[in-house]
Formats: sequence, structure tokens, C-alpha cells
Amino acid sequence: MACINPEGKPTETGKKVLKALRDNRLSTVEKIAETAGVALFRVRSGLRDMTEAELVVMVGDKYDITEKGIKLIE
Amino acid sequence: MEEYQTKPVSLPRLGEKAPDFDAVTTHGNLKLDDFKGNWLILFSHPADFTPVCTTEFIAFAEIFPDLQKRGVELLGLSVDSVSSHIAWVRNVEEKTGVKIPFPIIADLNKEVSLAYGMVHPGQSKTETVRCVFIIDDKQIIRTILYYPLSTGRNMQEIIRIIDALQTTDANGVATPANWKPGDKVVVPPPNTQEGAEERVKHPGYECVDWYLCKKQL
Repeated sequence: MACINPEGKPTETGKKVLKALRDNRLSTVEKIAETAGVALFRVRSGLRDMTEAELVVMVGDKYDITEKGIKLIE
Repeated sequence: MEEYQTKPVSLPRLGEKAPDFDAVTTHGNLKLDDFKGNWLILFSHPADFTPVCTTEFIAFAEIFPDLQKRGVELLGLSVDSVSSHIAWVRNVEEKTGVKIPFPIIADLNKEVSLAYGMVHPGQSKTETVRCVFIIDDKQIIRTILYYPLSTGRNMQEIIRIIDALQTTDANGVATPANWKPGDKVVVPPPNTQEGAEERVKHPGYECVDWYLCKKQL
């Protein structure tokens, strides 16, 4: 997984995506990519992994960070 | 050269939707859909830790910033494992100082390479040849290049094709032989007699005849 390491912790890219979502709740993939400075394809792939790990949640066509996600970047 | 009996394979063609994939890469699992909104150069190489491929990866890394400016992502592929890819790109960085910034598909089961027609048994039954698929932001295949195992690719030609395709899309024109940005472009020929007569009198065009007119963008 690109954004979560084998220990279940976010990678550097994962942290950038989570921080972008913490600072801009309910963001589109494009907005997250712009805020995090991460390529669009990596954000899409990372959000897929982090949704599965319940660090983010999809709301309509946007994403939000979960409490579990926030704890991992504190 | 040995002859091979192979089943007919349906190969991707220009103007068609690029075949979907869900692949293991050095940047995690990636799907074709992940690249939507960007152009994508999907390219294959025969094998990791081989000389021509190493020169090509260094060259792709060198043009990566130029491609990014054009909204283009790069994605490599070979029939090697992720561990092999990781070891190779680390070795390239250690020995040459060049960091490989793009993901590489580990296509061990050849799922992606067969879908894209990257294995040419007349060249090698086990390795992919040097393919380049230029896929646009709507995931349509716009260019396909095949190079043999022995010939490294020309990066400037790949950039030139991207520039030509993006110029065509933005301006509804074609590009002549050896065109490069800044050169005159070809205006689509008229399809009526009246249009042909008007075309040769068009003040802004440089015409050889009605069917071959150029203009400066």
C-alpha cells in the first residue's frame, strides 16, 4: 500500500494526504492533491487504501478524515 | 528466426479506450482510473538490471519534469517483481545519482503486458519489448510506439509527440513532418469545392495548394 506501511501507520505520502484532509475537511481528490502537493494518481490510490483502513471516509464525491485518521497524525 | 505459433491477440488501437488494469507497482496498487485527468505514458522495458533499460530509465527520469509541466505522468512496466524493481531503482540512484520518480508495474503474471500487446514472441517469449503508449486525460490511446530490445528510445521524440497531440487538441490543427513547438501548423483541408477556392485566398495562411495550408499559431 502506498499510503499505509505494513505496521498500519501512514507513510510520508499518507501523512500529507491526511493532513490536507484535516486542514480542509470534505475535499475533492483534486483539492487534496493540490493541498498535499501529491500527484493525483497517488492521492486516488492512497485514498482507496486509507478508506479500507478507515482513516478516511467518502462522503458523496468528497473525502473526510476520520477520528482514527486524526489520531495517527497527532 | 524461430517461428512461433501464437493465438491471435486483440491489440489496443489508436483512438480506443486504454485497457483497464489494477496492478502492483513500486508506488502501491494502481489502476488506470487513478490517472484520469492526467495524460499517461505507459512504457514497458525488457528487464531490470539490463544496460539499455538503465539508460532509458535515467533518460525518462531526466524528462520527468518536462512531462509534469505538460500534465503527463509516467508509468513503467516489466515482467519483474516489485523487489527487483526496488533493488534496481535503488542501484541506479546509488551508482548514477539519478532518482527514479515514477512508479513501475511488477507484471509477473503478464496481465497488463498481454492486454497491451507488449510481449512479442518473435523478439522474446518472456520479456516485454520497448513499448510506449501515450494515453490522454480521457484515457484514450493516442500514440503507440514499439522499439526492439536492442534500441533505446528517443525521449525528445516522445516529448515532441505530446506537444503535437496537445497542440492538435487545443487548436484543431495537424502538425507537419518534423514539427516542433513554434513551427507553423497544418490547417485541416476543406471538404468542398467552394471551401477549396476560399482557402487559397485566405490571408493568414501559407498555402502550397488548397489541400496544404499552414498557419502560425
